[in-house]
Amino acid sequence: MLELKNMTKSFGNRTIIKDLNLTVKDGEILSIVGPSGAGKTTLLRCITGLEKVDSGQFLVDGQAFDPYTNRTNDSVIGVVFQNFELFPHLTVLQNITLAPTMVLKESAADAKAAAQQLLDRLNLGDHGDQYPYQLSGGQRQRVAIARALAMKPNVLCYDEPTSALDPNLRQEVEKLILGLKADGMTQIVVSHDLTFAENIADEMLHVEPNQTK
Amino acid sequence: MHYITEILPSLLSGAGMTLQIFLWTLVGSLPLGLILSLGLISKIKPLQWLINFYVWLMRGTPLLLQLIFVFYGLPLIGLVFPRYEAALFAFILNYAAYFAEIFRGGLQSIDNGQYESARVLRLSYAQTIRKIVIPQVVKIVLPSVGNEVINLIKDSSLVYVIGLGDLLRAGNVATARDVTLVPLVLVAVLYLLLTAVTTFVLRQIEKRYSYWK
Repeated sequence: MLELKNMTKSFGNRTIIKDLNLTVKDGEILSIVGPSGAGKTTLLRCITGLEKVDSGQFLVDGQAFDPYTNRTNDSVIGVVFQNFELFPHLTVLQNITLAPTMVLKESAADAKAAAQQLLDRLNLGDHGDQYPYQLSGGQRQRVAIARALAMKPNVLCYDEPTSALDPNLRQEVEKLILGLKADGMTQIVVSHDLTFAENIADEMLHVEPNQTK
Repeated sequence: MHYITEILPSLLSGAGMTLQIFLWTLVGSLPLGLILSLGLISKIKPLQWLINFYVWLMRGTPLLLQLIFVFYGLPLIGLVFPRYEAALFAFILNYAAYFAEIFRGGLQSIDNGQYESARVLRLSYAQTIRKIVIPQVVKIVLPSVGNEVINLIKDSSLVYVIGLGDLLRAGNVATARDVTLVPLVLVAVLYLLLTAVTTFVLRQIEKRYSYWK
């Protein structure tokens, strides 16, 4: 379970997020929706530790942690970026195994076996030796998901998972996210696409510019 | 033909000097340029200013002046370099400035998303630079570095001014002595051969990096 308490974030004198509280239960999906400029992505960047919050507390299973400074292997939050941000010079398998071998110190063989399992699970089994530029958008997204999952995160976050893809791939993404939910993954999804967000969400969080409801 | 075989040994020995200057300048200036470029993108402002000043000085004055300064100027304040060392000193400092600017451009063209992606996978800064940034920068800067490398072959002829016997000087001496154009034509042919070989090597290196886009 991930909890945020009284989180506030400003840039200069502009307050983006004020006294936000939210809870994501294990295995559930939280959708964060709102118009652009409302601070959805900022909120996600705070949760994933890419921005430092001004005040507030993060709890994972009741344990306080600071995603901005967290460098331990507990309380891991995985991220799937809007543009996926795969490493273009590495193969699909290398993209997935880089962090497990370098950060978690897994052996190359273990990391590769685990990565292959993830790829099989995501229907990318025979794409392991390809480079990102050889893949379609949807495939790249699944590689990004596999790369995040390889670090065994407690929570997986998506920034606008449908925006870089063909509109007709939206249902595929829904199925994918619900499939991971069935596997027990806790997920946070930022989207401006209300229908998509509603289809997958257990909980919805609406954010508005300059104030958070 | 007889005349050519007669002057060829002196031209080849001159070409040997040209090659030595060329190789040692690369060996010295490429790593130095990389270190300087990391300083150019560093957040420590005074360091940035200092290196910017250095780059401005080295690129803003003629290499010929720098050679004369090091060999004929510095002894006036008690710093005496032998000819060959003086030439290498000036060439390395000069080319490092150009390489630093090229590498800076390469480093800055790496999208911030790549750093963030590495960060959420909890790679350290050093791991990120080594595994994610440098491999991508190398591919980006190769054509520009290649350009400078070709320039260096020809720039090395400037060492005549401090009395080093390089390829051009050898040809010049023979032309003046024997009152014929042949040595100068041979010099041109030898330079063309050197640049042809270098171009070929550079192409091969670029090809090695063409497995991803």
